[in-house]
Amino acid sequence: MENILEIKNLKKSFGDKVIHRDVSFGIKKGEIVGLLGNSGTGKSVMLRCLVGLETMDDGEVWFQKKRIDLLSEEAMFKIRTKISYAFQSGALFDSMSVYDNIAYPLREHVNLSISEEEKRVQDILDLVHLKDAGKLFPSDLSGGMQKRAGLARAMVLSPDVILYDEPTAGLDPVNVENVLEIMRSFRERGAAGIFVTHDIPAAQKVCDRLMVIDSGRIAFQGTVEEFDNSKDSVVQNFHVSL
Amino acid sequence: MMARARHQFEFVGELVALTAKTFRCMFTPPFYWLRVLEQIVELGQRSLSITIVIGFVMGLVMTLQFGYGLAKFGGTLYVPAIVSLSLIREMAPIFTSLLVAGRIGSGIAAEIGAMNVSQQIDAIRALGTSPIRVLVVPRMVAAMVSLPLLGILATFVGIIGGAFIARAEFDMAYGFYFNKVLSTIKLHDVFSCYIKCMFFAFIITLFACWRGFNTKEGTRGVGQAATWVVVRSSIVILVSDFFLSKILILLFD
Repeated sequence: MENILEIKNLKKSFGDKVIHRDVSFGIKKGEIVGLLGNSGTGKSVMLRCLVGLETMDDGEVWFQKKRIDLLSEEAMFKIRTKISYAFQSGALFDSMSVYDNIAYPLREHVNLSISEEEKRVQDILDLVHLKDAGKLFPSDLSGGMQKRAGLARAMVLSPDVILYDEPTAGLDPVNVENVLEIMRSFRERGAAGIFVTHDIPAAQKVCDRLMVIDSGRIAFQGTVEEFDNSKDSVVQNFHVSL
Repeated sequence: MMARARHQFEFVGELVALTAKTFRCMFTPPFYWLRVLEQIVELGQRSLSITIVIGFVMGLVMTLQFGYGLAKFGGTLYVPAIVSLSLIREMAPIFTSLLVAGRIGSGIAAEIGAMNVSQQIDAIRALGTSPIRVLVVPRMVAAMVSLPLLGILATFVGIIGGAFIARAEFDMAYGFYFNKVLSTIKLHDVFSCYIKCMFFAFIITLFACWRGFNTKEGTRGVGQAATWVVVRSSIVILVSDFFLSKILILLFD
């Protein structure tokens, strides 16, 4: 199966600090790939580059066989309805209710009647176990609920790929399980995903493949079993550091 | 020194780029009319009471000062003309704009700055929409619609305030006062007030939005952004007022 989303030879620096030296990888339709690495290794920067929120110093991004890194900001708006981004903090609009946050992408990109919109939003709220939270504001939600609302907003347009930026960070085990279950249900609906995390057990539970990023390069790439049995020093060190 | 100069050039360049993007978004769909109306209420309608107070007090003070100053030369009769012209050409646009810079300029910078540090601006982009269309254009349009109307209102209220003082302190008849005001103020004076306020509204929102988008360092940065906007936009308003006045005098007088 061909890659649905692919990044080739990514190079990225901030001033003198080199983040990515030469990173290439791809994901296939319907699979979830875990991107592991210690803090500061540029995992989130890579996600931002993939969706054009950050410019690359060099490299290419291909989505559904089209190169997208050269597109204008306006042209990227359409791409971002197919590659959605679930922010670490949820990044919900604090002046809007949870319902309006989730309805926002629908109102911007899909022409729906009010009843159709309500059905779509309620459906996704049920999926993330926030059935009765529609009228609440982000400040009324717990951290876990905010993340789930952020996931709902990322999924509401039924994108082909979801970029999960540490969706389980800072959550208790029950909420981590909830988030992983949501990610699985998104995959069942056909959404591929890149799961940025340093939570190895969480990644092992939900991912089809794992990658470890270190010193600006992909140091390991393989299945969960290969990761568990790897004698690679970077993988070993990563296990130890956590 | 060179680094500072380069920084200033970059700053001006970014303002020009933001202006170009804003005007392009202003005249091409999609339009966010509801957001514009919300901002007119937020920026304009909620500044009404303080504009009325400021305008009224300006009228009182100016009439008092000009009245006693001109009385020494027997020129009290010129007070209505001087007060009304000063108000509509200079005092109302400047004071209303400085007030708005303090009240809404800082508010816009703080709001957009807080959205920036909490990744809400990134979220707007990630959801396939433009922060300039969603945040900047509605605020700029609302300010450019509201501020001139507030400036005209401040002038109107100031003239009424002046009438009370002219009557109480200088025994001037209301009929004489308003007759003098109406024969002094021409349509181009109203236009001049309108143009100045519109330009100042543009400056305030441009600075506020730019600073909001460039806010860093969390909540501390949000506070700094609000202060920065008030100081910078006030300076630019005062300096550009001189040049605008010169241009408008050349055009109309």
